[in-house]
Amino acid sequence: MSSLQNYLLLSALLFAIGLAGALTRRNAILVLIGIELMLNAANLNFIAFWRFGPHPEALTGIMFTLFTIAVAAAEAAVGLAIILAAYRHHRTTDLDQMDSLKH
Amino acid sequence: MPSIIPYLWLIPALPILAAGIIALLKQRHRALAATLAISSIAASLILSLCAFAQTLAHPAIATYNFPWLQFGDQWLSLGWMLDPLTAIMLVMVTFVGLLIFIYSIGYMAHDENFTRFFCFLALFAGAMLGVLISNSLLLLFMCWEIVGLTSYLLIGFWYANPRAAAAAKKAFLTTRIGDLGLLVGMVWLYAQSGTLLFYNHGAGCLESSSLSALTTHTTILGLTISSAIAILIFCGAAGKSGQFPLHVWLPDAMEGPTPVSALIHAATMVAAGVFLIARCYPLFAAGASHTIALEVVTWTGAITALLGALIAVAQYDIKRILAYSTISQLGYMMIGLGIGGPSVGIFHLITHAFFKALLFLGAGSLIHGCSGEQDIRRMGGLGKHMPITFAAYTAGMLALCGFPLFSGFWSKDAILHAAHLWSISQAPFYIGAFAALLTAFYMTRQLYYVFAGHLRHPAIHHTTPHDPRHDLHLEPLAENPVHHPPHAPHESPAVMTIPLVILAAFAVFLGLIGTPAWPWFQSFLEGTSPSFSFAAFHEPGLLPLMLTSSLIVFLGLGLGWLLYGRKPILTADSPDPLATNAPRTFNLLTNAFHIDALYAATLLRLNAALSRLSAWLDQYLWNGIVQLISTTVIALAWIDNFLDAGILNTTFDSGCDSVSHTGDRLALIQTGRIQTYLRALSLALIALVILLLWGMKA
Repeated sequence: MSSLQNYLLLSALLFAIGLAGALTRRNAILVLIGIELMLNAANLNFIAFWRFGPHPEALTGIMFTLFTIAVAAAEAAVGLAIILAAYRHHRTTDLDQMDSLKH
Repeated sequence: MPSIIPYLWLIPALPILAAGIIALLKQRHRALAATLAISSIAASLILSLCAFAQTLAHPAIATYNFPWLQFGDQWLSLGWMLDPLTAIMLVMVTFVGLLIFIYSIGYMAHDENFTRFFCFLALFAGAMLGVLISNSLLLLFMCWEIVGLTSYLLIGFWYANPRAAAAAKKAFLTTRIGDLGLLVGMVWLYAQSGTLLFYNHGAGCLESSSLSALTTHTTILGLTISSAIAILIFCGAAGKSGQFPLHVWLPDAMEGPTPVSALIHAATMVAAGVFLIARCYPLFAAGASHTIALEVVTWTGAITALLGALIAVAQYDIKRILAYSTISQLGYMMIGLGIGGPSVGIFHLITHAFFKALLFLGAGSLIHGCSGEQDIRRMGGLGKHMPITFAAYTAGMLALCGFPLFSGFWSKDAILHAAHLWSISQAPFYIGAFAALLTAFYMTRQLYYVFAGHLRHPAIHHTTPHDPRHDLHLEPLAENPVHHPPHAPHESPAVMTIPLVILAAFAVFLGLIGTPAWPWFQSFLEGTSPSFSFAAFHEPGLLPLMLTSSLIVFLGLGLGWLLYGRKPILTADSPDPLATNAPRTFNLLTNAFHIDALYAATLLRLNAALSRLSAWLDQYLWNGIVQLISTTVIALAWIDNFLDAGILNTTFDSGCDSVSHTGDRLALIQTGRIQTYLRALSLALIALVILLLWGMKA
């Protein structure tokens, strides 16, 4: 079993855990953490495919990953700001009670 | 001096404008309303005097015509005119009108609808002046109808009193019957002559070219067309002027306020019929020297003169006596017109307007002073309490009787003189003379009842232990609902007595402008220059006639004194001396020959039967047809409803229901929770991945 497969398995596991967290948790902050986990699984894939790919000297994987981390940081900041605004409005972070999309 | 002709329209327009403004005022603006009405009629009086001055200088007929309405290729023209007849009537109407307007301030002082009264009065004055200046039978007819309308409104002024409302309706409907004749005559005249303008530089319907065309053709019974049209026009005049058999409305019209009776139902409006005949006199007299139309006018006038005088003898209501007297005098005017021509008839119209307005205003003053009492049996002794009214009333009474040298003497004598010379029959002369006797008699009776003796009013002097009204079936007390409870009689305020005094002066002296020695009035109307000479008295038959008519007057006055003056009337329920001597005749006269009852038994019953017939037709025939149609429509609607509700709607509704249910169920999926949506997305993604893997494997 090559090490690429191990990385991919790890990243798939990480993605599944993140997805499960994002889909099942009621607390918005935990959902955000789940989304971060899924992003990191994708980062891990980038790194793994770059490291075990045909051109490991081109540094493309690292480039993608750095961009993704930067975007994820921005996304986390925006996400937290939205959650804060939603909390102020609804006095809760429970997603089940935020059903105004229905209306 | 610039001509007044183009501005003649202002004379009627000013009062009508004032009426329009007053109509917009509130009830409490009493002074403003009276000021507007009086100043408008005063302005009209000034303009009328200007017009009069102009006719004095240029007595020829002056006209101002303008096209009004186009139909087909013809223009219908209206216009106004000025001739001596118009000028003299204008001055009379505005002058008498002004005095009565002023008098009304006093008489109507307690009435809450003071402004409405002056609005109607001004509208009446404007319309009446419009009648006088019209140069078109159509324009005259329009104003004539407005005059009729205001008469209706003013008779029914106290409309809360059912008798006033009924009298107004009666007056309106009775005059409409006459006006129908006038309308038919007008249409016929238009069809024959193609114009309704009286004078239009040779092309008017009263000018020789048109008249000669009208006299050459004859219609049924050998009447010339001009005579037939003239008789139809006379129908209108008879309705307005209270001629037999259309006189029945005039006594009832006394339900209106007394100034209205004086202005409309004595001095001006009822004289409009006489004026109409004088205006259309060329049509009446066209062709022969004695036309059938003029004979109809004469005989109707004679019957009316006699009838009115007879009935007036046995009336108790002071205003009804005067009303029947007016009818009688209007009959006189008709005799004068029919026999002697316009100058004779109009001379009596003018003198009558003054002395009858005086008598009515005097009666109003008496009624006002006696707290609304109108029954002469409950008056008496008023000469002491109301000296000015007494003096003025006596002057008017003597003028009406034709007492020598008073105005009525000259004008009545002119009529009798003309009747005496009539070649067809002497009957109008004898009828006229007998009516003059009766006039003197009933006026003496009234004078003794009202002014002599002592007051017999039961509410003021309780001389009788019970209310005599129950025994005598007297008319209800008050004419005017705003009059106050009875108090001692008093003289009226100056605003009422001064017009009386002015009118009295005219009633005494006005006749001097038309005496045989100096017939200024007659010459003015006929457009000749008057000559002053006493030689006219030497005309054969004139002086004996004057002596005879004076004797008749004295005979009437003496008879009146014999029956009513010799022994004073003591109480309100003591019987009339004439009634004790000839009770059946007296009763017949009191009930006005039962003409009202006759109409009620014949015409009104016929009318009622016809209305019942139409009600029956309405209820069963027309209603049945309408019901049938409506039932059919309802049945069709039921079928339609069944199709709609049973078939179309059910199908459509079930379709709608299923869509709606589906929507309800689908709506459950939309929870608004983002995680639910994401879960669905994830499941779909997983399914997609499994599908792809499956495909790759295969």
